This record gives sequence, structure tokens and C-alpha cells, in this order.
Amino acid sequence: MSYTKNSQNIYKSRYLFKRRLALLSGLISIAFLIVIGRFFYLQILKYDFYKDLSENNRIAVIPNVPNRGLILDRNGVIMADNYFVYSLEITPSKVTNLNKTIDNLKPIIELNAGDLKQFRKILKESSSLDSIPIKTHLSETEAARFAANKLRFEGVEIKSRLFRRYPKGAFASHLIGHINRINEEDKEVIKKLGWQQNYKGTDSIGKLGIEKYYEARLHGTTGFQEVEIDANGNSVRILNSTPSIEGDAITLSIDSNLQEIAENAFNKYRGALVALNPKNGEVLAFVSRPNFDPNQFVGGIDVDEWKVLNESLDKPMLNRAINGLYPPGSTVKPFVALAALENDIRKPPFNIKDPGFFTLPNSGHTYKDWKPYGHGVVDIVMAITISCDTFFYGLGIELGINKLSEFLSQFGFGKATHIDMFGENAGLLPSPEWKQKRFKQPWYLGETVITSIGQGYTLVTPMQLAEAVATLANGGLTIQPRLIQSIKNSQTGKIETFKNKTVRELHFKPENLALVKEGMMNVTQPGGTAASVGAGATYKIAAKTGTAQVVEMKENQKYNPSRMNERHRDHALFIAYAPAEEPTIAVAIIVENGGHGGSTAGPIARKLMDYYLLKKVSSNKEENKVGPLESEYHD
Amino acid sequence: MLERLFLRLQKNIDSILMIFISSALVVGLFTLYSASGRNIILVLNQLFYIGLGFILLWITARVHPKHYEKLALPIYILGLLLLFAVMFVGQSSHGARRWLNLGAFKMQPSEIMRLAVPIAMAWYLSKRENNRHAIDYIIASLFFILPVILIINQPDLGTGLLITASGFYILFLAGLNWKFIVGAAIGLFSLAPIIWTHLHDYQKNRLLILLDPSQDPLGSGYHTIQSSIAMGSGGLIGKGWLNGTQGQLDFLPERTTDFIFAVFSEEFGLLGNLLLLGLFALIIGRSLMIASQAKNTFTRLLAANIGLTFFTYIFINIAMVSGIMPVVGVPLPLISFGGTSMTIILISFGILMSVHSHKELIGSS
Repeated sequence: MSYTKNSQNIYKSRYLFKRRLALLSGLISIAFLIVIGRFFYLQILKYDFYKDLSENNRIAVIPNVPNRGLILDRNGVIMADNYFVYSLEITPSKVTNLNKTIDNLKPIIELNAGDLKQFRKILKESSSLDSIPIKTHLSETEAARFAANKLRFEGVEIKSRLFRRYPKGAFASHLIGHINRINEEDKEVIKKLGWQQNYKGTDSIGKLGIEKYYEARLHGTTGFQEVEIDANGNSVRILNSTPSIEGDAITLSIDSNLQEIAENAFNKYRGALVALNPKNGEVLAFVSRPNFDPNQFVGGIDVDEWKVLNESLDKPMLNRAINGLYPPGSTVKPFVALAALENDIRKPPFNIKDPGFFTLPNSGHTYKDWKPYGHGVVDIVMAITISCDTFFYGLGIELGINKLSEFLSQFGFGKATHIDMFGENAGLLPSPEWKQKRFKQPWYLGETVITSIGQGYTLVTPMQLAEAVATLANGGLTIQPRLIQSIKNSQTGKIETFKNKTVRELHFKPENLALVKEGMMNVTQPGGTAASVGAGATYKIAAKTGTAQVVEMKENQKYNPSRMNERHRDHALFIAYAPAEEPTIAVAIIVENGGHGGSTAGPIARKLMDYYLLKKVSSNKEENKVGPLESEYHD
Repeated sequence: MLERLFLRLQKNIDSILMIFISSALVVGLFTLYSASGRNIILVLNQLFYIGLGFILLWITARVHPKHYEKLALPIYILGLLLLFAVMFVGQSSHGARRWLNLGAFKMQPSEIMRLAVPIAMAWYLSKRENNRHAIDYIIASLFFILPVILIINQPDLGTGLLITASGFYILFLAGLNWKFIVGAAIGLFSLAPIIWTHLHDYQKNRLLILLDPSQDPLGSGYHTIQSSIAMGSGGLIGKGWLNGTQGQLDFLPERTTDFIFAVFSEEFGLLGNLLLLGLFALIIGRSLMIASQAKNTFTRLLAANIGLTFFTYIFINIAMVSGIMPVVGVPLPLISFGGTSMTIILISFGILMSVHSHKELIGSS
């Protein structure tokens, strides 16, 4: 039975197969007829049209490169814009002898060695069909002189190109970033993102800072022109054209006045500063010193100029605000104090009688306080105000590294802030697991001791520290920090703003928070480690000073800044917020090799806050009147 | 002596198909010489792959179809694993220059799948022949859906779509119910809006450009404009070999690979087109004839699929070059420059010849 059924099946399926194959063959024939019809249309009916196009004229598609979007500060001050320059350009494929052409150009246009070097460099990276600038920023006379000789130079043209300009030069360079010529690596990225079409004709791309992060918004949409060109490549007429759409304008949250005050206050010091509004996360000033002139990069940076920037000991290209890693030093103490209080230890009236050192139980190893004979009787508020190391040594041991590390991570230590800038460093918050993984070694108790005063493995970026201070100022609420306030759509004029985004919301007991804040407020009062910073202020500043060792001191060696190499001096740190009761600005400052936080970093914060809160520009005279107080010489 | 050697070599080879294929290859080499700007090295390179392809064709033609049936699943699984491996390797070498070491590796598995998928599907459906239910068609569909997802992810949309087409041919020829076909078509159409809303903006853009090239005049639109000029200006008899101005100048993009037909068309005109198309029609016709003569379901499905897939390549490529279909990167088989594509095509013809030369030896079970 099954045999008959099977053979029936086989017969049926073969029949079905043949029928369907015949159907498909029919479809194939139809497909062939369609294609032949198309051939007939193109090659017979439209033959004259296409013959004409092919023999006399040809169509070229020329991109209309869009204007790059502007970058403005929060008051509308221009930080980056564009301008037109005449540039002399060569299309290698249209030139028979490149070297001869360049030699012939020399008497007409002054070409220096740098121009030629840059030209050769771009030549190597481009296709022979590209138009390559040999000299940009031609003067009117140069342009006129070339125009008179144009017929002698086939393949050489004067083009007007859009150039990026940073009117304020080196000002806020790490924040704004810069553009530079598109290189092979950028091309890969452009390809990966599917941007090739939109980047036809674009020769530069954002490489750093805002210019890089908001590249997609700033670039704009490339338009096109379909033009008929004759056999010599000259355009005869425009067939079709779509205009380009300018890139969107970005308004930063930065106040350029505040930024300027901050940058000037650094004077010759290296370091970084981040100031933000704890209420909405807007970054108000973003400083990394030394900086560089972003205008150098536009149109490709000269090899020698790059060498100078890149090899300088001062590392001007390092964005210290998000990439600089520093031990937080004593600026970590308010957070450690809060950790203790929240864990119900060290609550007043608990106090210690500080002898000037701390002895680790069971080992006898001693850790010195910065003040040789100690501070006397110290409670937790006082410990913050006078930065008593001994108090925190014992506290750290009792709390234990695990609780300490866990608590600090809530404030963003060891985590990236996800600020709108690429390449941020996440810092380092040590824990026993981390040490085991990193060094294959157990955690030692002594490491807990120094971790509780911000020395040891802990590393922070100024951005991170600023976020932590803002969180403290806000009573535990972290708002996502950001560098821009709004983006204006160039086409519709619509302004896109951003909602505050809560990163974390920590809940602390109000009385604990109040104790820490009291300690910080007293820092800028007489007797505090930064008393001069608060002197004469009409508002209250809560702050903490810090010092981070650059080189390790040998035992019994005394720190003497005047006898040391300038680069081996301690880094000065300072965190603050104001007005202390209802904070609207929080700031973190690091002055490299600046010595003590209160005396070098502190005054910068004061100038910043005076301007921000009182719109007052404090002169240097005033500052001199209030000299550093005795208590400020150390941490 | 020589005669005997020739006879031995000729065994299993279908001389009719062989003559058609060789003619197309000769046309291809001449066109390539012109399209490459008389680059003899490129032509020799292509010739090398043709030689390699012929050796593989000869070997695959000698192998009995029952071995393909046996190897269907292992080859398929191997291909699938390689596709996964590509995904893995592709990720780990992020930032590496693809064309250095990853280039050859990337293409290989999806090219293998072009053959492995139809073989595996034909194997499965013929195995279930006497007891086939709806579920079997669904399982058979999975044979192509899975690799297609991976390939489209690579991303290689062209190959993915071609494998999909090849999967449909098998299902259709194996006797998939019309109700099912209509149902699936309706289902796809009604799902489209839902899928659409889940796409990213840039993905939507890409699809829109695919449907309407004039939206993207700098990219694929430009290709279409230039290839239309090349073809149209060729006229009835063409500009003559090596005399095509569009192809010889820099206007025509990808003129040795995907757009080589425009070069041919410009130089040989409508008559040339008809002759080449006729040659392709003969190859397809001969393939389908072999399929209809095949003695069992497996070989029948496999042979028909090879002929139909060959047609699909030709149709998509020519339709794309002559501007009646959006630009998807599909080469013109036997003509376009490209080693992998050439060898795979010749291997598939080898399998076709194996089906033909062994048809008397296969029982009708």
C-alpha cells in the first residue's frame, strides 16, 4: 500500500515541480522582456539625448558644503564661527607636471616651506580628483595676481573656502575643542556611522571637546549641485540644485566672563577647574591649564607646531578637567566624615585628644598629622574645619575600607560623570577586591588609614570632584552635569533645551549633613584652613582644602617647598560651594604644584564666586590686604 | 592517447552548458580589459580565478549527488559556525584595517552559504517528502532565515536578499501551498508598518534611498545617472570595443565590478546586449532543463535553484545598472571582476553537471 502511495506521491510532486518550474520560466521571460524594453528605451528612444550628454557634456555632482554651526556661551558670546578665505587649490589629476606647476606658481604667490609641506601631506592622504589647497588666506592682491595668470595654470584654481575661527583664541580651548582635517581614522568612523554622503566635500571634522561631541549637530546637511561640465571640466550650466542646511548652533552653559576670570586667576599655574550649578548640573566654567590655540588646527596643523604642543612638559593638550588624575587629598574628608556619621560612629560629643600622630593598633606603626604636636581636642566638625588627619585615621580604621569605599562610590568617586565630552577618565576608588585583581595582593590596614585622608590609591578628575561637591551641596541629589544649555535648529529656529536628569538620589540624615556642612562653612572662617578665602565675603562659603603629594617624603624628611624642584611641589586642591545655605555654585579646583589648597586654589574660587554671586570683579589689591593666615600654611 | 585523456576529462562535463559558460567568460574578459583601462594584470588575475573555478567545477561535477545529500547538513552547520565566528572576530578586531587580514575572511562564510543554504533545504525537504506537513516548510524556512539575519547584520544586504530569494525558490518548487504563499505575502505587508516604526532614523533613510535613488544624488543616484548615460549613448551598435567614453573616463563608478554591464553596453550597444542576454538565457534554459530531467527531489530542487539563482543575479544586476531597480551591490555573474564570486558560480555549475551526468544512475526513489 505504501508503495503505491509513495509512487503516487512522487508522480504528483514531480508534476507539481514541473508545473511550477514552467510558471517561473514564464516569469523569467517576462523579466527579460522588461529589461529588453528598458534597453530599447535607453539606447534607441533616448539615444540622441544620452549621446549628447556623453559626447559634449557630462554631468558632475558637486556638493554644497554646509556652514558649520556656531558655538556660543550662555550670554550669546561667539566662541566658534566661520569666515570665508580665498585659497589657492590644485587638482592633481588635471595637472600634467605637478612640480613644474608649483615652481611656476612661486613667482606669483609666495609659497613658504610650511605651505609646501602641508600640501604634500594632504596630497598623500587625498584622491587625485580632490582639490587640494596649497595656500590658504590669500590676500586680495595675491588673488588678483593669480587671476591675471590663470590661463597658464590648468588644474589650479582660486576657491573661497569656509574656515572655522575661534575668536577668543586659546580661551576655553579644552572645552570648545577644535576641528582638523579628516584623516584615515575619521574616514573609518564616518563610514561606520553611515555619514559618507553627508561628508562629501567636507574636509574637516570635530576632533576635541564640544566640536567633537556635537559633530553630528554642528556639521549640517550637505546640499548638491548637478552641473553639466564640458570636456575640460568647466561647468556649463546647473541642472539641479539643493541648498545645504547650516549646522545647528550650540549654546554652552558656560559663562565666558566667569570662564575668563577663572582662566586668568590661574596665571602661570597648571591645573584645572570645574564650576557647576548644583541645581541643574550646568557647567559654568571649565578650565584646563595650560591651553592651546585651537585656530592652529583649522585646515591642518603644521608638523612643527604639533611637535611643540605634543612634546611640551606642560602637556597643554591634556584636558586636565576630565583626564587629569589627582589624589583628592583632604578634599575627601567631608565625604569620609559623612560616611562615619551615617554609619553611626564619631557622632558628637565624641572627640579625640590629638597628640599629632596616630598609632595603628597591633602594629605600632605611626601616621603623622600635618601639625607636629597635634590639634588638641577635636570633634568631627572641628576635624573638617582644621583638617585634622589624626581624627580621620582612627575613623577610617573603625569604619573599614569596604564601607568607606562603598559610601564614596555613591558620590561618583571611581565613576565617569558622563559629561558631554569624549575621553573622560573614570578615576580610581580602591577596594580590597580591586587591589587583589590589580596587584594580586591583600589589602593592608595602613592603606585604609591613608585612604581616609585621600592619599594612597584614590584618584579623581576635577570634573568628578566637582560633581561630588555639587551632590553634597544639593544634600545628596546628583543632577547629570552638562556643558551645553540648548541647541538651536538652524532651519526651523526651534530651540531644544534639556531637562535635568537625576543621576543618583542619596538620602542622608539631615543632622549628619548639617554637621558636615558646618565643618565646611567654618573652613572659610577665622581658624579654618582657608580663612582668607572667606575674609570680607558678604555670603557664606562652604569649602575644604586639600594637598596632594607629588613625590613621597622620606621618613623624617621635612617638606620644604622653597628647596624643591617646582614640579615636585604638592598639588593644591580646593572644593567649595556657595552661598552655603542655598548653594547655586559648586566648584573644584586643582592647581598643580601649587602647594597648599587654601592659599593658591582658594583665591581662585573666591574670585569666581564673587563674580557669579555678586557680579563683582575682585582686583588683586583687595586680595593682598588679606594675607594668608597662620593656620593656612598647612593642610 | 590525447583523445582518451580528453574523453576522460570530459566525463561528467555537460559540453553544451560548458560552451555557453565559456563564451560568456570570454565576453567578460574582453569587457574587463576595456573597463579596467586596459589593465592586463587585472585580467590575468581574473583568468587565474577562472582557472581555479574550472578545476573546482571539474571536481564537483565528478562527485555523485548522493554525497552532496550526505554532506548537506555538515556543510551547512560549518557555514553557520563560520558566520558566527565572523561576528566574533569582527568585533575583537575592532578598529583594525578590514582590508588587510579581515577582508577575505569576511566574505567567505556568506559566499559559502549561497550554496550551503539551498543544498541543506533541498536535503531536508526531499527527506520529508513522503510525510511533509506545514511544519516542515517552517523548519526549511529557518534554514535560510537564520543565516540571512547574520549576513544582513554583517552588514551585507545584497547577499542576504539573494539567499532569501534562493530559499523561496526551493520552498515554492517543493510544493509550498498557494494559500501559504499568499498568507505569508499578506503577513509581511501588514507587518511592514510595525517594523518601520521600530527602525532607527538612519535605517529608514537608507531604505528610502533604496526605493528612490533621486533622494541621494551624491551616492547611488549618481551611479544610476552615469550608467544610464553610458548605456544610452551606446545606441544600437555601440561605440566599439575600448571606445566607450563614459567607461574609459572616470565617470562610471565600480566599472570593473557591479557596473561592468554599463561598460559592455556602451561599447556593444543594443545588439551586444541582446546577444549577451541571449547567452545568459541559454545558460538558464539549459540549467532548468537539467533540473526538469533530474530523477529525484533533492537533485531536482538543487539544480533548479542553481539556474534560478543565476537568473536572479543577472536580473538584479542588469536592472540596477539600467536604472529600473535601486542600487544594491550585486555583481554580474561570469562577467564582473571578483575571485570569490567567480569560483562559487563555477562550483555551482559543477554541481549542476554532477546532477546531469549522474541522472541515469539514480533510482527514482
